[in-house]
Amino acid sequence: MSREDLEQLQLERLQSTLYRVGTHVPFYRKKFAELKIDYDDFKSLADLRRLPFTVKQDLRDNYPYGLFAVPQRDVVRIHSSSGTTGLATVVGYTRNDLKNWSDLVARVLTGAGVTKDDVIQIAFGYGLFTGGFGLHYGAERLGASVIPISAGNTKRQIQIMQDFKTTALVCTPSYALIIADTMMEMGINPSSLSLRVGLFGAEPWSEAMRHEINAKLGIRATDNYGLSEVMGPGVAGECEECNGLHISEDHFLLEVLDPDTLEPVEPGEVGELVVTTLTKEAFPMIRYRTRDLTRLIPEPCACGRTFTRMQRIMGRTDDMLIIKGVNVFPIQIEKVLFEIEGTAPHYQIIIERENHNDKITVLVEVNESLFFDQMKKQRQMVDHIKARLASELGIGVNVKLVEEKTLERSEGKSKRVIDKRKL
Amino acid sequence: MLKIRNLDAGYGNLRVLKNISLHVDGGEIVTMIGANGAGKTTLLSTVIGLVQPTSGSIAFMDQDCAPLASRHIVASGCVLVPEGRQVFAPMSVEENLILGGYVLQKKEGKAAVYRELKHQYDLFPVLRERRNQLAGTLSGGEQQMLAMGRALMSRPRLVMMDEPSTGLAPLVVRDIFKVIVQLRKEGNTVLLVEQNAKAALSIADRGYVLETGKIIVQGPAEDLLANQDVQRAYLGREKID
Repeated sequence: MSREDLEQLQLERLQSTLYRVGTHVPFYRKKFAELKIDYDDFKSLADLRRLPFTVKQDLRDNYPYGLFAVPQRDVVRIHSSSGTTGLATVVGYTRNDLKNWSDLVARVLTGAGVTKDDVIQIAFGYGLFTGGFGLHYGAERLGASVIPISAGNTKRQIQIMQDFKTTALVCTPSYALIIADTMMEMGINPSSLSLRVGLFGAEPWSEAMRHEINAKLGIRATDNYGLSEVMGPGVAGECEECNGLHISEDHFLLEVLDPDTLEPVEPGEVGELVVTTLTKEAFPMIRYRTRDLTRLIPEPCACGRTFTRMQRIMGRTDDMLIIKGVNVFPIQIEKVLFEIEGTAPHYQIIIERENHNDKITVLVEVNESLFFDQMKKQRQMVDHIKARLASELGIGVNVKLVEEKTLERSEGKSKRVIDKRKL
Repeated sequence: MLKIRNLDAGYGNLRVLKNISLHVDGGEIVTMIGANGAGKTTLLSTVIGLVQPTSGSIAFMDQDCAPLASRHIVASGCVLVPEGRQVFAPMSVEENLILGGYVLQKKEGKAAVYRELKHQYDLFPVLRERRNQLAGTLSGGEQQMLAMGRALMSRPRLVMMDEPSTGLAPLVVRDIFKVIVQLRKEGNTVLLVEQNAKAALSIADRGYVLETGKIIVQGPAEDLLANQDVQRAYLGREKID
């Protein structure tokens, strides 16, 4: 599809979405009236910038069903955001929404190289979280064999992976590493498995983590992106080039804005991702501020797909830590740790305030062997990590080494940051 | 093939079409459904150049057609089968068809017209049977077929049909719709305007729902069939699972 044809389709879909929310959702009707927006005069995609934003707080203020655009009887599914950062929010789907969701996730799976010949183990939590069901529908739509194992019970995951000859794994990237480590403990060689590809999402991760997963599990790890507020998984996904996530631009309009000025960033610059749904019936979203930071990749992809790519999520505007006035993203710390020999992929960041002074401490798990060695080596290690972090972040950081497996493990999203400051 | 953007049109001070955007790709059957007075006929009249848009753009084969006269739009391959057939009653079936081939004759000569005539007779065998009969004496369904055949005689790229099912018995409607599917198989592109939402959506690839001059829903035809709003308003029932 040419860019021009795509824009025609986007405009048509946006115009009917605006009509839908302007007539069916009191929240948007009021906002449009306040801002004197007449959706009949919405002429081009550039007019998007005149529309109001929707933020997480709007979803909470209208809890539970206030933002639904269809009567309850047309809703066939209700999900809830995973609530990593506060109160849960509620989203709904019509039958058509579920169909589109399946199609879009199937598109992501296909992009990652999954076919109907694959056996796909879905180790995302099933339930209110959209990850499990979303991938499940997509995989069924594709015709793959789905193992709806859900999250948890790592040894059983591995047992099933062996016995059922799983070829594709779906979970969070941190859980993929837990599986890899557990496999090692159980003395199972990943190359004896049929596993060949992984689709990871639901939390930000780094390129270094991808290499680690690839090496430890012997697979090709791909990233995919979605959020329950706009649908769940299926918004964007990586192709086999593993170099940015193709956005399903026929169903979502994505903007990248400066989180402070809310003006578009220069093409290719980093900013906050803002999503408008184009085909959602039950729960349309206009300019939803995701708080996720990314950049659009303007260059065409080697795979030939024409949908624009976005870079993997680089952090969130709201988990961005401001320490001594410096912006720090946990992912930056993760990147450094991955580059250092002897550290395990588990870490925790603790921020405290002493005498109005911010103090950041990074707890790093290190391989057992290191602790049996002399103190001197440990000190060298700490100094090394400190120096690397200081040059990456531009601030001084305390580093503590802890033994393997002393930090809390999570089968879902990991809690990496503990902010003890009362700001 | 056809791309309409932000089209406004009306009569005098009456704004009938409000900010209409739609497109038809080659090889598609696209349907526009809506109740009486929604603006369906006005839309087709605007595309074919009978009504001038007040704003917005219409591009056919990447060419802006707003400033063109109807005959040029038809010559570029966009034809309209008007509502109520509008066949030339005092002329024979064959004369009606040959009139439809006027554009083709100017382009490719008489032989091409007769080749096309044979093709239309193959597509609508009943017209061959009645080739010498006066068009005004045909039944409603036959007149509809004649109107379609006459439009197809110019070998158009896009056929627009305005309510071909109006006033026809259900069995006849089925025959007409079968022909539309057949047309697509032969590589034609169809924009079908209908009140008979269910029949139109069941043969179309995509659809638009027009209500008081605005497109309120659009999407794949099967999605529209499942859309509860469309069901309530146009299919006259709610789907009971």
